[in-house]
Amino acid sequence: MDNSELQIFVISKRFINLCFRPIPVITKQKIIELYSRCATELPEDIARELRKSKDSLIKTILENIAIAKNEKRPICQDTGTPIFYVKKPSTVKESEIRKIIESATSAATKSIPLRPNAVEPLTGKNIGNRPIIHFEEGKKLEIDLLMKGGGSENVSCIYSLPDSELKAERDIDGIKGCVLDAVFKAQGKGCPPYIIGVAVGGTIEEVAHLSKKQLLRKLDDKGKFEKVENELLKKINSLGIGPLGLGGQTTALAVKMAETHRHPATFFVGISFGCWALRRKRWTSQS
Amino acid sequence: MDFTKLRVGDKVNLNGTVFTARDKASIFLLENDFQKIRNGIIYHCGPLIKNNKVISAGPTTSARMNQYAPELIKKYNIKAIIGKGGMDEKVLNALKGRAVYFSAVGGAGALYAKKMKVVNVYKKEFGMPEAIWEFEVRDFPVTVTMDSKGNSLYDEIKEMSRRKLNF
Repeated sequence: MDNSELQIFVISKRFINLCFRPIPVITKQKIIELYSRCATELPEDIARELRKSKDSLIKTILENIAIAKNEKRPICQDTGTPIFYVKKPSTVKESEIRKIIESATSAATKSIPLRPNAVEPLTGKNIGNRPIIHFEEGKKLEIDLLMKGGGSENVSCIYSLPDSELKAERDIDGIKGCVLDAVFKAQGKGCPPYIIGVAVGGTIEEVAHLSKKQLLRKLDDKGKFEKVENELLKKINSLGIGPLGLGGQTTALAVKMAETHRHPATFFVGISFGCWALRRKRWTSQS
Repeated sequence: MDFTKLRVGDKVNLNGTVFTARDKASIFLLENDFQKIRNGIIYHCGPLIKNNKVISAGPTTSARMNQYAPELIKKYNIKAIIGKGGMDEKVLNALKGRAVYFSAVGGAGALYAKKMKVVNVYKKEFGMPEAIWEFEVRDFPVTVTMDSKGNSLYDEIKEMSRRKLNF
Protein backbone atom coordinates (compact mmCIF):
# COMPACT_ATOMS: atom_id res chain seq x y z
CA MET A 1 0.00 0.00 0.00
CA ASP A 2 1.51 3.36 -0.97
CA ASN A 3 0.82 6.56 0.91
CA SER A 4 -2.18 7.73 -1.06
CA GLU A 5 -3.84 4.34 -0.81
CA LEU A 6 -3.27 4.36 2.92
CA GLN A 7 -4.87 7.80 3.16
CA ILE A 8 -7.98 6.68 1.27
CA PHE A 9 -8.18 3.63 3.51
CA VAL A 10 -8.04 5.76 6.66
CA ILE A 11 -10.57 8.28 5.37
CA SER A 12 -13.04 5.60 4.27
CA LYS A 13 -12.69 3.85 7.61
CA ARG A 14 -13.50 7.11 9.34
CA PHE A 15 -16.47 7.57 7.03
CA ILE A 16 -17.80 4.09 7.84
CA ASN A 17 -17.32 4.72 11.57
CA LEU A 18 -19.22 7.97 11.28
CA CYS A 19 -22.12 6.29 9.47
CA PHE A 20 -22.49 3.37 11.82
CA ARG A 21 -21.74 5.04 15.13
CA PRO A 22 -24.95 5.13 17.19
CA ILE A 23 -26.34 8.66 17.00
CA PRO A 24 -26.03 10.38 20.38
CA VAL A 25 -29.77 10.82 20.99
CA ILE A 26 -29.47 12.45 24.38
CA THR A 27 -27.36 15.49 25.09
CA LYS A 28 -26.09 17.24 28.19
CA GLN A 29 -28.34 20.20 27.39
CA LYS A 30 -31.43 17.98 27.25
CA ILE A 31 -30.63 16.47 30.66
CA ILE A 32 -30.17 19.95 32.14
CA GLU A 33 -33.57 20.89 30.69
CA LEU A 34 -35.03 17.70 32.20
CA TYR A 35 -33.62 18.69 35.61
CA SER A 36 -34.97 22.21 35.29
CA ARG A 37 -38.52 21.17 34.45
CA CYS A 38 -38.47 18.35 36.99
CA ALA A 39 -37.37 20.68 39.83
CA THR A 40 -39.75 23.54 39.03
CA GLU A 41 -42.92 21.93 37.62
CA LEU A 42 -45.04 19.55 39.66
CA PRO A 43 -46.42 16.72 37.47
CA GLU A 44 -49.96 17.60 36.36
CA ASP A 45 -51.49 14.33 37.61
CA ILE A 46 -50.29 15.16 41.14
CA ALA A 47 -51.41 18.81 40.95
CA ARG A 48 -54.82 17.64 39.74
CA GLU A 49 -55.18 15.30 42.71
CA LEU A 50 -54.07 18.03 45.16
CA ARG A 51 -56.70 20.39 43.77
CA LYS A 52 -59.41 17.89 44.72
CA SER A 53 -58.52 18.18 48.42
CA LYS A 54 -60.67 20.29 50.70
CA ASP A 55 -57.96 20.74 53.36
CA SER A 56 -57.05 24.40 53.83
CA LEU A 57 -53.23 24.01 53.71
CA ILE A 58 -53.50 22.79 50.11
CA LYS A 59 -54.09 26.42 49.12
CA THR A 60 -50.53 27.30 50.20
CA ILE A 61 -49.17 24.26 48.39
CA LEU A 62 -50.97 25.23 45.15
CA GLU A 63 -49.77 28.81 45.47
CA ASN A 64 -46.21 27.52 45.84
CA ILE A 65 -46.57 25.29 42.77
CA ALA A 66 -47.68 28.30 40.70
CA ILE A 67 -44.79 30.51 41.92
CA ALA A 68 -42.27 27.75 41.22
CA LYS A 69 -43.52 27.22 37.69
CA ASN A 70 -43.91 30.89 36.76
CA GLU A 71 -40.57 31.98 38.20
CA LYS A 72 -38.68 28.78 37.38
CA ARG A 73 -37.71 28.33 41.04
CA PRO A 74 -37.31 24.84 42.49
CA ILE A 75 -40.61 23.91 44.20
CA CYS A 76 -38.74 22.81 47.30
CA GLN A 77 -35.27 23.82 48.51
CA ASP A 78 -34.47 20.13 48.87
CA THR A 79 -33.98 19.33 45.21
CA GLY A 80 -33.41 15.76 46.31
CA THR A 81 -31.17 12.92 45.27
CA PRO A 82 -31.29 12.64 41.48
CA ILE A 83 -32.27 9.08 40.55
CA PHE A 84 -32.30 8.15 36.86
CA TYR A 85 -34.10 5.13 35.43
CA VAL A 86 -32.72 4.63 31.94
CA LYS A 87 -34.16 2.27 29.33
CA LYS A 88 -31.77 1.95 26.40
CA PRO A 89 -31.25 -0.08 23.25
CA SER A 90 -28.18 -2.32 23.28
CA THR A 91 -26.49 -0.04 20.71
CA VAL A 92 -26.25 2.79 23.26
CA LYS A 93 -23.38 2.50 25.71
CA GLU A 94 -24.06 2.77 29.44
CA SER A 95 -20.81 4.62 29.96
CA GLU A 96 -21.78 7.24 27.39
CA ILE A 97 -25.14 7.96 29.06
CA ARG A 98 -23.49 8.00 32.47
CA LYS A 99 -20.95 10.56 31.31
CA ILE A 100 -23.65 12.84 29.90
CA ILE A 101 -25.80 12.59 33.06
CA GLU A 102 -22.87 13.25 35.38
CA SER A 103 -21.69 16.28 33.51
CA ALA A 104 -25.28 17.62 33.19
CA THR A 105 -25.72 17.16 36.95
CA SER A 106 -22.73 19.39 37.75
CA ALA A 107 -23.92 22.02 35.28
CA ALA A 108 -27.53 21.92 36.51
CA THR A 109 -26.39 22.23 40.14
CA LYS A 110 -24.89 25.61 39.26
CA SER A 111 -27.37 26.92 36.71
CA ILE A 112 -30.86 26.00 37.99
CA PRO A 113 -29.59 25.83 40.81
CA LEU A 114 -29.90 22.48 42.61
CA ARG A 115 -28.96 22.23 46.27
CA PRO A 116 -25.67 20.36 46.79
CA ASN A 117 -27.03 17.19 48.36
CA ALA A 118 -24.21 14.64 48.31
CA VAL A 119 -22.48 14.42 51.66
CA GLU A 120 -19.66 12.09 52.68
CA PRO A 121 -21.30 10.20 55.54
CA LEU A 122 -18.58 10.47 58.16
CA THR A 123 -16.56 13.56 57.26
CA GLY A 124 -19.72 15.53 56.44
CA LYS A 125 -18.01 16.97 53.36
CA ASN A 126 -20.53 18.12 50.75
CA ILE A 127 -19.29 17.26 47.26
CA GLY A 128 -22.19 18.64 45.19
CA ASN A 129 -24.63 16.18 43.68
CA ARG A 130 -24.26 12.52 42.78
CA PRO A 131 -26.81 11.01 40.41
CA ILE A 132 -27.89 7.40 40.96
CA ILE A 133 -28.43 5.71 37.58
CA HIS A 134 -30.31 2.45 36.95
CA PHE A 135 -30.08 0.89 33.48
CA GLU A 136 -32.26 -1.63 31.71
CA GLU A 137 -32.62 -2.71 28.09
CA GLY A 138 -35.43 -1.26 26.02
CA LYS A 139 -36.36 -0.74 22.37
CA LYS A 140 -35.69 2.99 22.44
CA LEU A 141 -34.05 5.41 24.79
CA GLU A 142 -36.28 6.51 27.68
CA ILE A 143 -35.13 8.38 30.76
CA ASP A 144 -37.11 8.86 33.95
CA LEU A 145 -35.75 11.33 36.49
CA LEU A 146 -36.89 11.22 40.10
CA MET A 147 -35.59 14.03 42.31
CA LYS A 148 -36.13 12.30 45.62
CA GLY A 149 -36.48 14.46 48.73
CA GLY A 150 -34.77 13.44 51.98
CA GLY A 151 -37.70 14.00 54.35
CA SER A 152 -39.90 11.39 52.71
CA GLU A 153 -36.88 9.11 52.25
CA ASN A 154 -36.31 9.16 56.01
CA VAL A 155 -39.74 7.66 56.70
CA SER A 156 -39.42 4.97 54.01
CA CYS A 157 -38.83 1.50 55.44
CA ILE A 158 -38.79 -2.28 55.01
CA TYR A 159 -40.78 -4.81 57.05
CA SER A 160 -40.10 -8.52 57.29
CA LEU A 161 -43.18 -10.72 57.70
CA PRO A 162 -44.44 -12.28 59.88
CA ASP A 163 -44.20 -9.43 62.38
CA SER A 164 -45.54 -10.47 65.77
CA GLU A 165 -45.59 -6.94 67.17
CA LEU A 166 -47.86 -5.80 64.33
CA LYS A 167 -49.71 -9.13 64.29
CA ALA A 168 -48.96 -9.12 60.57
CA GLU A 169 -48.95 -12.43 58.70
CA ARG A 170 -47.72 -13.26 55.21
CA ASP A 171 -50.94 -12.20 53.50
CA ILE A 172 -52.77 -9.14 52.17
CA ASP A 173 -53.89 -8.08 55.64
CA GLY A 174 -50.32 -8.36 56.87
CA ILE A 175 -49.09 -6.16 54.02
CA LYS A 176 -51.81 -3.60 54.75
CA GLY A 177 -50.81 -3.61 58.42
CA CYS A 178 -47.24 -2.71 57.47
CA VAL A 179 -48.29 0.18 55.24
CA LEU A 180 -50.66 1.61 57.87
CA ASP A 181 -48.00 1.27 60.57
CA ALA A 182 -45.48 3.09 58.37
CA VAL A 183 -47.94 5.94 57.71
CA PHE A 184 -48.77 6.17 61.42
CA LYS A 185 -45.09 6.36 62.35
CA ALA A 186 -44.35 8.88 59.59
CA GLN A 187 -47.18 11.24 60.66
CA GLY A 188 -46.32 14.62 59.09
CA LYS A 189 -42.55 14.17 58.98
CA GLY A 190 -42.26 13.27 55.30
CA CYS A 191 -44.50 16.08 53.94
CA PRO A 192 -47.93 14.53 53.29
CA PRO A 193 -50.12 14.20 51.29
CA TYR A 194 -47.93 11.21 50.42
CA ILE A 195 -47.62 9.09 47.34
CA ILE A 196 -46.78 5.64 48.65
CA GLY A 197 -44.95 2.92 46.72
CA VAL A 198 -45.19 -0.63 48.07
CA ALA A 199 -43.29 -3.71 46.92
CA VAL A 200 -43.76 -7.21 48.26
CA GLY A 201 -41.51 -10.26 48.01
CA GLY A 202 -37.95 -10.29 46.84
CA THR A 203 -34.73 -9.62 48.61
CA ILE A 204 -34.11 -6.42 50.55
CA GLU A 205 -32.65 -4.39 47.67
CA GLU A 206 -35.37 -5.60 45.30
CA VAL A 207 -38.27 -4.36 47.43
CA ALA A 208 -36.45 -1.09 48.10
CA HIS A 209 -35.88 -0.53 44.37
CA LEU A 210 -39.29 -1.76 43.20
CA SER A 211 -41.25 0.20 45.81
CA LYS A 212 -39.43 3.37 44.78
CA LYS A 213 -40.12 2.65 41.11
CA GLN A 214 -43.84 2.67 41.90
CA LEU A 215 -43.48 6.41 42.51
CA LEU A 216 -42.88 6.81 38.76
CA ARG A 217 -46.37 5.52 37.94
CA LYS A 218 -49.02 8.08 37.01
CA LEU A 219 -51.55 8.39 39.83
CA ASP A 220 -54.34 7.05 37.61
CA ASP A 221 -52.28 4.07 36.42
CA LYS A 222 -54.11 0.91 37.35
CA GLY A 223 -52.36 -2.39 38.04
CA LYS A 224 -53.23 -5.80 39.39
CA PHE A 225 -53.33 -4.54 42.99
CA GLU A 226 -55.82 -1.75 42.29
CA LYS A 227 -58.32 -3.01 44.85
CA VAL A 228 -55.78 -3.23 47.69
CA GLU A 229 -54.33 0.15 46.74
CA ASN A 230 -57.77 1.78 46.92
CA GLU A 231 -58.62 0.15 50.22
CA LEU A 232 -55.33 1.29 51.70
CA LEU A 233 -55.77 4.83 50.39
CA LYS A 234 -59.23 5.08 51.92
CA LYS A 235 -58.01 3.81 55.28
CA ILE A 236 -54.94 6.10 55.29
CA ASN A 237 -57.11 9.12 54.56
CA SER A 238 -59.42 8.24 57.44
CA LEU A 239 -56.57 8.59 59.97
CA GLY A 240 -56.87 12.40 60.10
CA ILE A 241 -53.12 13.12 59.77
CA GLY A 242 -53.68 15.48 56.83
CA PRO A 243 -51.40 17.78 54.84
CA LEU A 244 -48.04 18.29 56.63
CA GLY A 245 -49.45 16.27 59.54
CA LEU A 246 -51.50 19.22 60.80
CA GLY A 247 -54.83 17.43 60.52
CA GLY A 248 -57.18 16.86 57.62
CA GLN A 249 -58.60 14.32 55.23
CA THR A 250 -55.83 14.19 52.65
CA THR A 251 -52.90 12.20 54.05
CA ALA A 252 -52.09 10.34 50.83
CA LEU A 253 -52.84 10.92 47.16
CA ALA A 254 -52.14 7.38 45.99
CA VAL A 255 -50.81 3.97 46.95
CA LYS A 256 -49.06 1.97 44.22
CA MET A 257 -48.12 -1.65 44.80
CA ALA A 258 -46.07 -4.30 42.99
CA GLU A 259 -44.72 -7.75 43.73
CA THR A 260 -41.66 -9.82 42.92
CA HIS A 261 -40.78 -13.44 43.70
CA ARG A 262 -39.52 -14.09 47.18
CA HIS A 263 -37.25 -16.69 48.73
CA PRO A 264 -39.28 -19.34 50.65
CA ALA A 265 -37.81 -18.03 53.89
CA THR A 266 -38.41 -14.31 53.28
CA PHE A 267 -41.39 -12.01 52.87
CA PHE A 268 -40.38 -8.36 52.67
CA VAL A 269 -42.65 -5.36 52.38
CA GLY A 270 -40.76 -2.34 51.08
CA ILE A 271 -42.43 1.04 51.48
CA SER A 272 -41.18 4.13 49.65
CA PHE A 273 -42.72 7.44 50.59
CA GLY A 274 -42.95 10.31 48.13
CA CYS A 275 -43.77 13.77 49.51
CA TRP A 276 -46.55 15.82 47.88
CA ALA A 277 -43.80 17.53 45.87
CA LEU A 278 -42.99 14.28 44.06
CA ARG A 279 -40.75 15.49 41.29
CA ARG A 280 -40.59 13.05 38.41
CA LYS A 281 -40.15 13.76 34.74
CA ARG A 282 -39.73 11.55 31.68
CA TRP A 283 -37.61 12.16 28.63
CA THR A 284 -38.16 10.13 25.46
CA SER A 285 -36.64 10.65 22.05
CA GLN A 286 -39.98 12.22 21.05
CA SER A 287 -40.04 14.78 23.86
CA MET B 1 -40.50 39.36 70.96
CA ASP B 2 -42.86 37.51 73.24
CA PHE B 3 -44.54 34.53 71.68
CA THR B 4 -45.57 32.94 74.98
CA LYS B 5 -49.11 34.31 74.73
CA LEU B 6 -49.66 32.48 71.44
CA ARG B 7 -51.63 29.23 71.47
CA VAL B 8 -51.77 26.19 69.21
CA GLY B 9 -53.68 27.08 66.05
CA ASP B 10 -52.74 30.80 66.03
CA LYS B 11 -51.53 32.04 62.67
CA VAL B 12 -48.77 34.65 62.63
CA ASN B 13 -46.80 36.58 60.01
CA LEU B 14 -43.20 36.88 61.16
CA ASN B 15 -41.02 39.93 60.46
CA GLY B 16 -37.40 40.14 61.52
CA THR B 17 -34.29 37.99 61.81
CA VAL B 18 -34.12 34.20 61.79
CA PHE B 19 -31.10 31.88 61.83
CA THR B 20 -31.07 28.51 60.14
CA ALA B 21 -29.61 25.67 62.15
CA ARG B 22 -30.12 22.01 61.36
CA ASP B 23 -28.18 18.86 62.22
CA LYS B 24 -24.57 20.02 62.04
CA ALA B 25 -25.17 23.63 63.09
CA SER B 26 -27.13 22.48 66.16
CA ILE B 27 -24.10 20.56 67.42
CA PHE B 28 -21.85 23.53 66.61
CA LEU B 29 -24.10 25.89 68.58
CA LEU B 30 -24.00 23.60 71.60
CA GLU B 31 -20.24 23.14 71.53
CA ASN B 32 -19.38 26.78 70.81
CA ASP B 33 -20.46 30.23 71.80
CA PHE B 34 -22.46 31.98 69.08
CA GLN B 35 -24.02 34.99 70.78
CA LYS B 36 -25.66 36.36 67.62
CA ILE B 37 -28.43 33.81 68.01
CA ARG B 38 -29.22 34.79 71.63
CA ASN B 39 -32.94 35.57 72.18
CA GLY B 40 -33.47 34.73 68.53
CA ILE B 41 -35.50 32.46 66.28
CA ILE B 42 -34.13 29.21 64.86
CA TYR B 43 -35.40 28.10 61.44
CA HIS B 44 -34.96 24.41 60.62
CA CYS B 45 -34.10 24.94 56.98
CA GLY B 46 -31.40 23.98 54.51
CA PRO B 47 -31.90 26.71 51.94
CA LEU B 48 -31.13 26.84 48.25
CA ILE B 49 -29.11 30.00 47.56
CA LYS B 50 -27.61 31.42 44.38
CA ASN B 51 -25.40 34.53 44.35
CA ASN B 52 -26.60 35.36 47.88
CA LYS B 53 -30.24 35.33 46.73
CA VAL B 54 -32.76 32.98 48.32
CA ILE B 55 -34.10 30.71 45.58
CA SER B 56 -36.10 28.20 47.63
CA ALA B 57 -36.18 27.86 51.42
CA GLY B 58 -38.95 25.89 53.11
CA PRO B 59 -38.65 24.01 56.40
CA THR B 60 -36.84 20.72 56.98
CA THR B 61 -37.98 17.91 59.32
CA SER B 62 -37.54 19.16 62.88
CA ALA B 63 -37.61 15.74 64.57
CA ARG B 64 -33.94 15.23 63.64
CA MET B 65 -33.06 18.08 65.97
CA ASN B 66 -35.07 16.73 68.95
CA GLN B 67 -31.95 15.80 70.87
CA TYR B 68 -30.33 19.24 70.59
CA ALA B 69 -33.29 21.61 70.89
CA PRO B 70 -33.93 21.57 74.67
CA GLU B 71 -30.36 22.55 75.51
CA LEU B 72 -30.23 25.10 72.67
CA ILE B 73 -33.43 26.78 73.86
CA LYS B 74 -31.96 27.16 77.37
CA LYS B 75 -28.41 28.06 76.36
CA TYR B 76 -29.40 30.87 73.96
CA ASN B 77 -32.85 31.75 75.32
CA ILE B 78 -34.38 30.89 71.96
CA LYS B 79 -37.84 32.43 71.53
CA ALA B 80 -39.16 30.29 68.71
CA ILE B 81 -38.32 27.40 66.42
CA ILE B 82 -39.74 27.21 62.90
CA GLY B 83 -39.84 23.84 61.18
CA LYS B 84 -42.07 21.05 59.99
CA GLY B 85 -43.38 17.80 61.41
CA GLY B 86 -43.15 18.88 65.06
CA MET B 87 -40.84 17.90 67.91
CA ASP B 88 -40.95 15.51 70.86
CA GLU B 89 -42.03 15.78 74.48
CA LYS B 90 -38.64 16.91 75.78
CA VAL B 91 -38.73 19.87 73.41
CA LEU B 92 -42.34 20.59 74.39
CA ASN B 93 -41.19 20.76 78.02
CA ALA B 94 -38.27 23.02 77.12
CA LEU B 95 -40.68 25.41 75.38
CA LYS B 96 -42.79 25.79 78.54
CA GLY B 97 -43.06 29.38 79.70
CA ARG B 98 -40.44 30.66 77.25
CA ALA B 99 -40.90 29.75 73.59
CA VAL B 100 -43.09 28.27 70.85
CA TYR B 101 -42.78 26.00 67.82
CA PHE B 102 -44.07 27.34 64.53
CA SER B 103 -44.99 25.11 61.61
CA ALA B 104 -44.21 26.22 58.09
CA VAL B 105 -45.50 24.33 55.06
CA GLY B 106 -42.98 21.69 54.02
CA GLY B 107 -42.19 21.75 50.33
CA ALA B 108 -43.35 25.34 49.84
CA GLY B 109 -39.77 26.56 49.35
CA ALA B 110 -40.45 28.85 46.39
CA LEU B 111 -43.20 30.72 48.25
CA TYR B 112 -41.11 31.32 51.39
CA ALA B 113 -38.01 32.35 49.43
CA LYS B 114 -39.82 35.42 48.15
CA LYS B 115 -40.23 36.62 51.73
CA MET B 116 -36.56 36.20 52.71
CA LYS B 117 -33.28 38.05 52.25
CA VAL B 118 -29.77 36.86 53.07
CA VAL B 119 -28.17 39.04 55.76
CA ASN B 120 -25.15 36.89 56.49
CA VAL B 121 -23.83 33.36 56.51
CA TYR B 122 -21.71 31.60 59.12
CA LYS B 123 -19.91 28.24 59.00
CA LYS B 124 -20.20 28.12 55.22
CA GLU B 125 -17.73 25.24 55.29
CA PHE B 126 -20.57 23.03 56.59
CA GLY B 127 -22.02 23.21 53.06
CA MET B 128 -25.04 25.13 51.76
CA PRO B 129 -27.78 23.13 53.55
CA GLU B 130 -25.93 22.92 56.87
CA ALA B 131 -24.44 26.42 57.21
CA ILE B 132 -25.96 28.97 59.60
CA TRP B 133 -27.79 31.47 57.41
CA GLU B 134 -29.00 34.74 58.87
CA PHE B 135 -32.16 35.81 57.05
CA GLU B 136 -34.39 38.85 57.21
CA VAL B 137 -37.97 37.65 56.75
CA ARG B 138 -41.07 39.71 55.86
CA ASP B 139 -44.67 38.58 56.27
CA PHE B 140 -43.46 35.02 56.73
CA PRO B 141 -46.62 32.96 57.42
CA VAL B 142 -46.47 30.30 60.15
CA THR B 143 -48.86 28.50 62.48
CA VAL B 144 -48.29 27.76 66.17
CA THR B 145 -48.35 23.98 66.53
CA MET B 146 -46.58 23.66 69.92
CA ASP B 147 -47.12 26.44 72.46
CA SER B 148 -45.48 27.56 75.70
CA LYS B 149 -48.28 26.02 77.81
CA GLY B 150 -47.42 22.46 76.88
CA ASN B 151 -49.94 22.01 74.05
CA SER B 152 -48.90 20.16 70.92
CA LEU B 153 -51.06 19.73 67.84
CA TYR B 154 -48.85 16.77 66.86
CA ASP B 155 -49.70 14.89 70.07
CA GLU B 156 -53.41 15.42 69.44
CA ILE B 157 -53.20 14.19 65.85
CA LYS B 158 -51.03 11.22 66.73
CA GLU B 159 -53.52 10.14 69.40
CA MET B 160 -56.44 10.57 67.02
CA SER B 161 -54.75 8.55 64.27
CA ARG B 162 -53.82 5.84 66.77
CA ARG B 163 -57.47 5.52 67.78
CA LYS B 164 -58.63 5.39 64.17
CA LEU B 165 -56.04 2.75 63.37
CA ASN B 166 -57.20 0.44 66.13
CA PHE B 167 -60.87 1.42 66.15
